[in-house]
Amino acid sequence: MIVRILGEGQFKVDDAATGELNALDAKLEAAVNAGDEKAFRSAMSALVSRIRVLGTPLPADVLEPSALILPDAEATMDNVREMLSGGGLIPG
Amino acid sequence: MSVMKRVSLIFKAKANKALDRYEDPRETLDYSYQRQLEMLTQVRRGVADVATSRKRVELQMNSLQQQQAKLEGQAKQALGAGRDDLARDALTRKSSLQTQLTDLQTQYQSLQADEEKLTSASQRLQSRVEAFRTQKETIKATYTAAEAQSRIGEAVSGISEEMGDVGMAVQRAQDKTAQMQARAGAIDELMASGALDDVTGTPHDDIQAELDRMGGGHDVDLELARMKGELSQGEAPREIEGSADGGAAGQPAQAARPAPSADQPQAGDGS
Repeated sequence: MIVRILGEGQFKVDDAATGELNALDAKLEAAVNAGDEKAFRSAMSALVSRIRVLGTPLPADVLEPSALILPDAEATMDNVREMLSGGGLIPG
Repeated sequence: MSVMKRVSLIFKAKANKALDRYEDPRETLDYSYQRQLEMLTQVRRGVADVATSRKRVELQMNSLQQQQAKLEGQAKQALGAGRDDLARDALTRKSSLQTQLTDLQTQYQSLQADEEKLTSASQRLQSRVEAFRTQKETIKATYTAAEAQSRIGEAVSGISEEMGDVGMAVQRAQDKTAQMQARAGAIDELMASGALDDVTGTPHDDIQAELDRMGGGHDVDLELARMKGELSQGEAPREIEGSADGGAAGQPAQAARPAPSADQPQAGDGS
């Protein structure tokens, strides 16, 4: 599957890693719902570093939408909430 | 639902809007391509803005560093002249500039990172736009509107996601740059208004004024000492010469007088 980290580009990740990424994503979601900034930061950095390790960058001439998109590594919890609530801020 | 899934759905919804825009999907290709070119221009402008902002921060850092070097020089000069109070004053100002300098350095690094990110995002978008253009021409040349539908969907969704990503990055960088420009502008204004002069030392540099005054005073003292020296040297030789003259004049006279008297008995004795 293809995973994008916003601001970094797309990565091809083996489907076998889906379970692991989902588990990390669940932690991220729980942190956002709980408004727990500390848990949010650690879940974000765990996800970002796992995707970077597990994935290989997609060639530049491939035009495929991603199955999963992770907010950029420096995004704050407020940024993520804003993104999830509206998405109106996405240009293009 | 998972965060990553939700974000990807938001991006897909955006792409679908673009796809639903035209009845003939081939028009969607042209429309999307137009938007891609606009986005490329926008990203390049974003990179240029960040670079300008970075250079401005760099100039300010340089001038603060020069100011610090000047204050350090003044501190040394003051210490050399035995004015510890002035030296302390100069070093205190130097350290207050350090706070601003550290802040600017953080800004500089952040802008540099943004610039690198945007530059590579711009390159990624550039290659994808190129790939899209090739696919677009192939699809338009090969397929009827009905056949093109499914092939267009993926290409448009893929590039639309890329544009959304890059667009957000540009937006973020521009917001940040605007904030930094405002802060940089505030520092420039402070410098221009003279409010920082007491700290940065120009042109109403009281430490330098004090050092100059001391320097001037030193010269005056030196000149006074020199003049005193000249005066005392001028008088002293005259006194010495006076007594020496008296002695020298008296001695030959005294020595001349006994000589004839000594000669006379000899001459008398001889005759």
